[in-house]
Amino acid sequence: MKKRVISTVLALAMTLGLAACGEQPAQPTQPEGDTGAVATEAGDAGSAEVTEQTPDAGAASGELIKVGIINNDPNESGYRTANDADMQKTFTKENGYDASYAYSLKNDEQIAAAQKFIQDEVDYLLISAAGTSGWDTVLTDAQTQGIKVILFDRTIDADPSLYEASIVSDMAKEGQTAVDWLSSQGLDSYKIVHIQGVMGSAAQIGRTAAMDKMVADNDNWEMVSQQTAEWNAETAQQIVQSVIDSGKEFNVIYAENDDMAKGAVAALDKANISHGVDGDVIVMGYDCNKWALQELLAGNWNYDGQCNPFQASYIDEIIKGLESGNAPAEKTIIMDEKGFDATTITEDDVNTYGI
Amino acid sequence: MKYRLNSLIHKQIFIPIAALLVLTLFNLIMDPSFFAITLGTNNVGKAVLTGNLITILDNASELVILAIGMTLVTSASGGQDISVGAGIAIAGSVMLRILCGPEGTADVVKAPVIVAFLACCVVSMLFGAFNGILVAYFKIQPMVATLILFTAGRSIAAWINENRLPVINDPTFAYYGNYIPGVVLPTPVFIAIICVAAIFLILKFTNMGLYSQAVGINPHSSRLNGIDPAVIKLITYVLLGLCVAVAGFIKVSRISSINYSVVAKDIEMDAILAVALGGNPLGGGKFNMAASILGAYVIQFLTTTLFKYNVDSTALPAYKAVVVIILVVLSAPVVREKINRSVKTLKSKKAVKEA
Repeated sequence: MKKRVISTVLALAMTLGLAACGEQPAQPTQPEGDTGAVATEAGDAGSAEVTEQTPDAGAASGELIKVGIINNDPNESGYRTANDADMQKTFTKENGYDASYAYSLKNDEQIAAAQKFIQDEVDYLLISAAGTSGWDTVLTDAQTQGIKVILFDRTIDADPSLYEASIVSDMAKEGQTAVDWLSSQGLDSYKIVHIQGVMGSAAQIGRTAAMDKMVADNDNWEMVSQQTAEWNAETAQQIVQSVIDSGKEFNVIYAENDDMAKGAVAALDKANISHGVDGDVIVMGYDCNKWALQELLAGNWNYDGQCNPFQASYIDEIIKGLESGNAPAEKTIIMDEKGFDATTITEDDVNTYGI
Repeated sequence: MKYRLNSLIHKQIFIPIAALLVLTLFNLIMDPSFFAITLGTNNVGKAVLTGNLITILDNASELVILAIGMTLVTSASGGQDISVGAGIAIAGSVMLRILCGPEGTADVVKAPVIVAFLACCVVSMLFGAFNGILVAYFKIQPMVATLILFTAGRSIAAWINENRLPVINDPTFAYYGNYIPGVVLPTPVFIAIICVAAIFLILKFTNMGLYSQAVGINPHSSRLNGIDPAVIKLITYVLLGLCVAVAGFIKVSRISSINYSVVAKDIEMDAILAVALGGNPLGGGKFNMAASILGAYVIQFLTTTLFKYNVDSTALPAYKAVVVIILVVLSAPVVREKINRSVKTLKSKKAVKEA
């Protein structure tokens, strides 16, 4: 029995070996057809595609710009999915880029990916860091190799000289925009149910800070309940349910993302509390998911704050600038972020800004 | 009377009952209106019962259903399945994929809900069987075996729907997680009751309970008695898969949508906790199903109480932890035995004195 197993394994190994040998001669022929770095880099994956496309890309800008993109896992949220799709759409061969991607939600894996990209001698390293610390060494390595680093979406704790630019959302500004909008509604009294994201996340801190300050500064702003639902719709539903069950009055739901706003609205519906435009309760969310903007359009919600995932065009501009020798005017670039009002939102807005 | 009380204290089910009583008492003292149940109307104008008690019964449903499966798995395999949260994400994703079709959003469900539900049961049971096979035939520690799906499950769920976050706008789909028009109690309560009734029938009319306990206590001697331990273990994991499917169905119906990264987050911990609170030895063997189910209600009671008193978000887990530590320590078999013994010595001393 044992012998038979061993012989099968051996036979398999030999056939595989043969197969591997059979493939080899094909490889060296490919780079010959092409010039320089691009073809050698293309190596094992998709080399045929590159050879086909190089002529027209070459006509446009000579050589492709090699970028290594380190991002968080696109499954993490709708925001991340939109962010990744935007990157994939912008950094194409047609636009003069040769992009490689690495995804991880873990800082150490991201740093390892960065080291690999440095070894691959990319021209630019684009990083959306999972954690803020531990990046100094790898960024110094990049700098000595002449690789330019651009941070997007998230900042890191490193000396600003180590990177060219950082394109971020200003969560505190997002919070301020939303709270300003709310105060412009001119209610006599604001009784707020505030549903927070995961405590300590940048989005939670920024979006909470503006609201906390407003409540502290104004006598007619009252915090009925402030709890974390950890971005979770069902938890948000339970929290609002418990506020309703204990008979507390409120007229604003301030949720720090769309999912939680949706959960809160489910609880309102159960208790027959009207919400949205002309309703008793103002509903506010963040992130501008397409379905959320449709709720706005239908008048079921009142406000949705944008958290802009579309950084690729900003990065593209910076790279083009750097290539022609112009450093970006400012190191930290804060993106434009809108807040949508249910009374003024249009179908076009839903399609343009929905993620 | 005294005798009865004594025998109750010795019973396993005493701990969850005592915990329920303590929580009830606490709420009665703090605010008796906690228990108020009112007949209101929901947003479609149907009469529904509302109040904290209803909310507890409603929101505990998923946990109760999971606790049933988790108790069986714990008993037979002497370990816990930590992938149930990820399993719920998968089950919910399958369900929405079938109901929404490839578009990712549906105004009217594209397939009968029962078809989608059966499909999600099959998928969940397959994943349950996967866990079961690793545990039963490959003899991997349950926590390690289920770690695979715990890690990969949410990505698989996202992949099933090609990374979209589907939304169903059909109000009939929301019936299962909220109210059926004309019924005053939330539907999940009934689903939980059906599941509880089913498991009690199974335990009464089949040898499932006996066999899983026998396997949990001593697999070798049960093998000598003609029970195949591997098959029994596998069956318990498949049953847990079924429970996961039902829980996932309720979860996605509650908000007619899903977010893979946060849906049913950390619910595996609550399910394991329910088993522990029921005083069941987590190392396998004997179990008390009613105690586990009560344990699940205790956990939800605690959560709702904490929401109700608006405990500071950052402190919430700490409060929960303190209560849980007390309950689990009290329900640990070692501690129970010690208490029993000290009670006995006290009594005998008293008896001596009286004599």
